[in-house]
Amino acid sequence: MSNANADRRPAGELEAAVMAALWAVEVPLTPGRVQTEIASGLARTTVSTILSRLYDKGIVGRRPQGRGYAYYPVQDAAGLTARRMHTELDRDRNSDRETVLARFVAQLKRDDEQLLRHLLEADER
Amino acid sequence: MTVLLLIPLLLPFVTPLLARRALDRLAPVTALWTLTAAALVLAGACVAALGCLVLTGLLKVPAFAALGELVHPLRTPSDYAVLPAAAIATGLLTIGAWNLGRSALRQTRAFRTAHAEADRRPSAGDLCVIDAPHPDAYALPGRPHRIVVTTAMLRSLGPDERDALFAHERAHNRGGHHYFLAAAELAAHCHPALRAARAVIRLAAERAADEAAAAAVGDRRLLARAIARAALAGQAASSTRPDFAPAATAGPVPQRVAALLTIPAGHTRWWVCRAALLLAACATLSATAVATGAVTFHHEVEIAQGEEPR
Repeated sequence: MSNANADRRPAGELEAAVMAALWAVEVPLTPGRVQTEIASGLARTTVSTILSRLYDKGIVGRRPQGRGYAYYPVQDAAGLTARRMHTELDRDRNSDRETVLARFVAQLKRDDEQLLRHLLEADER
Repeated sequence: MTVLLLIPLLLPFVTPLLARRALDRLAPVTALWTLTAAALVLAGACVAALGCLVLTGLLKVPAFAALGELVHPLRTPSDYAVLPAAAIATGLLTIGAWNLGRSALRQTRAFRTAHAEADRRPSAGDLCVIDAPHPDAYALPGRPHRIVVTTAMLRSLGPDERDALFAHERAHNRGGHHYFLAAAELAAHCHPALRAARAVIRLAAERAADEAAAAAVGDRRLLARAIARAALAGQAASSTRPDFAPAATAGPVPQRVAALLTIPAGHTRWWVCRAALLLAACATLSATAVATGAVTFHHEVEIAQGEEPR
């Protein structure tokens, strides 16, 4: 995706991409590192702007590093309740829950794993 | 009349096969609409037919006949067939209603909890991250639409694969797929054969989201890789392997990956897809049969009420 294309995406989607990168990498990231951790090819200044906006909202924390800041996701009390809620929902995994909440991937059947690996290998060849 | 009412009860048994065929031939979004509409009509016809059978049985009972102001006995083929049929129909309707009610209750509760928790969290765009060791992600429709992803899922994917995942979940929300899934659930509780249709509708929703996401990120193989990796990560994380019976057919995940890896053949229009046409024909036949049955039944009741000449 080109820069121009990425910058045209809705602000919410960019925030989500930046946040996902922070959660995926388990150490605090400078805007420069965040930029390499997201696929959308955003300008560094855009990344910085998004990060400070997230910091203002209190979703990310930061600490000084070098001449700027390194950012990390904040695990708040609400996050812990969310985790409990998730375990709750997880209990009826594969039952009715799927009706309203479409999961990304369903539980694999017995032979699915092998089949998937074959598909991926065949594709890479 | 009774024979007509049996048609809507039998037709759903041919739908699983037709539904699968239709999904293979049609564009996923078209398949999603076609299958859901057919399932709803078939389910509705089924419930209406059962309802007619129950009423027929009830009007055979003198007390209810008096309540219905019948002056003549209701004319039916044979009491030996009608009364057991009515009893069975009552049982089926009760079981269906009970299951549906329970499922609806559980759904609503899960949905409310999910929303309450997501509302409490500050949002980064539409993303709600949950710090959990099990890779999982789902679309949470509502105002605003959200996507919920666990940290384990984020960590098992590369940057571009994460984008693909988000695109997939956003496609679910944008397409309003939860309505289709709820309709499929409703239909599945009306007739056991429609449970297979529910599975196909779920797969159609996933395929539709996959195709939309592939178009958004501009790379089908990237999406295939993201799905496969997420599924395999989930498999590795679960300590107990789910005890599924070995199935002859592949589960939904490999089917989706395989579909994304093959070059998309031009999709058949629904009016030239034989399976879709047959499905539409089944739904029409079912609805017509039950409507005719109901009209005949109504006519018989009016005769029995002495409002129309015999």
